[in-house]
Amino acid sequence: MLEVKNLTKAYSVGPFGREKFYAVDNVTFEVGDNEIVSLIGESGSGKTTIGKMILRLTKPSSGKIFFNELDITTIKDIKEYYRHVQGVFQDPFSSYNPIFKIDRVFEMVREEFYPDKNQQSWRQEVARAIEDIGLNPPEILGKFPHQLSGGQLQRLLIARALLIKTKFLVADEIISMLDASTRIDVLNVLIKLKEKGLSVLFITHDLSLGYYTSDKTVILYRGSIMEYGDTVKVFKNTQHPYTKMLLTSVPTVQQKWEKSNISLHGRETPKGYCKFYDRCPFGDEKCKNVELVEVEENHKVACIKV
Amino acid sequence: MLEVKNLKLYYKTLKGYVKAVDDVSFTVEDGELLGLAGESGCGKSTLGNGIVLLKPPMYYMGGEVYLDKQKLPIEDYEKMRNFRFTKVSIIPQYAMDALNPTRKIGKYIQEVLLSKGIEPESVINDLMERLTMVNLPERVLNMYPIELSGGMKQRMVMVISTLLNPSLLIADEITSALDVSSQKAVCLMIKDFKDAGIVKSLIFVTHDLSVLYQIADRIMIMYAGKIAEIGTTKQLIENPVHPYTRMLLNSLPEVGIRYTERLLKGIPGQPPQLLNPPTGCRFKDRCPFRGSECDEEPPLVKVEEHHVAYCWKVKANA
Repeated sequence: MLEVKNLTKAYSVGPFGREKFYAVDNVTFEVGDNEIVSLIGESGSGKTTIGKMILRLTKPSSGKIFFNELDITTIKDIKEYYRHVQGVFQDPFSSYNPIFKIDRVFEMVREEFYPDKNQQSWRQEVARAIEDIGLNPPEILGKFPHQLSGGQLQRLLIARALLIKTKFLVADEIISMLDASTRIDVLNVLIKLKEKGLSVLFITHDLSLGYYTSDKTVILYRGSIMEYGDTVKVFKNTQHPYTKMLLTSVPTVQQKWEKSNISLHGRETPKGYCKFYDRCPFGDEKCKNVELVEVEENHKVACIKV
Repeated sequence: MLEVKNLKLYYKTLKGYVKAVDDVSFTVEDGELLGLAGESGCGKSTLGNGIVLLKPPMYYMGGEVYLDKQKLPIEDYEKMRNFRFTKVSIIPQYAMDALNPTRKIGKYIQEVLLSKGIEPESVINDLMERLTMVNLPERVLNMYPIELSGGMKQRMVMVISTLLNPSLLIADEITSALDVSSQKAVCLMIKDFKDAGIVKSLIFVTHDLSVLYQIADRIMIMYAGKIAEIGTTKQLIENPVHPYTRMLLNSLPEVGIRYTERLLKGIPGQPPQLLNPPTGCRFKDRCPFRGSECDEEPPLVKVEEHHVAYCWKVKANA
């Protein structure tokens, strides 16, 4: 469905922009048909930048993105691209214009993408899409955004993407602003839609949400992939020290944290060294030129010590 | 020790009063960390802010707050000045943006202290000691806030808020904007602050029950301006009795649970409008156990020692 190859995004920094800061550094992964892939990383790991490049909101510095084997930069008709690839973002409240009723969002889809459909059949389609995401159309249509909860608004944005018959959805932190009681409904909608044929890139910083929903997991640190593979394998047979550190930091109601010193800021990372060298407890002079290596089927790790 | 009795804090709007905190009573013992959890709009932040910084459009509508047996004049903004920062302190939700961007951090701390009439030199030792406690180098005092990361700023604000050893510290969603590793570090540090006796009582406001499980001694669950359930961390997580707490815990995703193994369920519906809240139990519209008695104000049921719930359906475990 979607393939990301050696994707890099560099920004010029420093005096006269002579130095380069790599927000995304040589990232390669793919999202298959009917697959949810979660992209997990801390703030500044480049996860949103990758999402933006897939949505053609920023241009990659190098590397390619293929959608159904087609390089997306060669697609001239951007509207045609957006018929297949859509995004849903973090803040559902600011995604809507508060002055207009919810219906307008759907009406705009019709105007833009299906101008020849008549009102009658369009209304039925909207109602069906709203039912698909587990909401009751009469309770939603005709309301203003402030009358609905964040979880409902977020699901309506997914419904909007579905109306365009999107095949690929970039979901960027779509649940981080929602309450515990409603966020799970949004995830369940994503899972249901996946089973009907949607592919999703699920960007999150929350490991437990990623584990719950996704088929494959990509762990990012400072723009580079640390661990990548089948979700269950990444979480159950964790190899990379960074993933291990993240997993021990996740709060659960099963186990209490052990008292440990977490390194929050460490040493400088020399050029060419593993990105995680700055905080890694095992880092030494061997940690150079690290590459993703397959440790078992569908499970790759970028660590020299593994 | 903090005692809150029948506290009511309402917001004034054009349409009337929004009953954000409605008749809430609880205590926090010395050396105790009380976790306060609930969905957005349940009144948890209002409660925290109201005790420290009550100002319009928030209005005091009744009840009392005692700190170390002394009544706090929370309704009087001016009189509360004598208590703020010295006796009660708050780390607000967006504490990271609370630092003055035009001052170096050291200078900013000096100004805050001087405004309270305290010589900065008298607390310099405490300041240095606490910077090491939160793992910050001394040179941050010579830096501007923009030079620090989110987690560093959060820890800096934690040090400033507790510099004068307040009896009560309210930490309002201090970890929700942080990454998991910083979240763990900040949570453990704030627990250290309590264990070291720097603050006596702590209220830790969050929407994340799993964070509270890690650090809280007792947990209080709020729903739509009222208390739903209070218990020790063990009681509340292992044996929740209020339907809301149960459903909230059942909706928690965890590493180790995949949708293929166990499909989690959210809580259908949404919290009531607090402008005209329903009579009786406020959770009744979303509650699967709703009965006719739920239209009346739910009673306080003592399940066990330290464990109480406001619900008609809960039976005392006597």
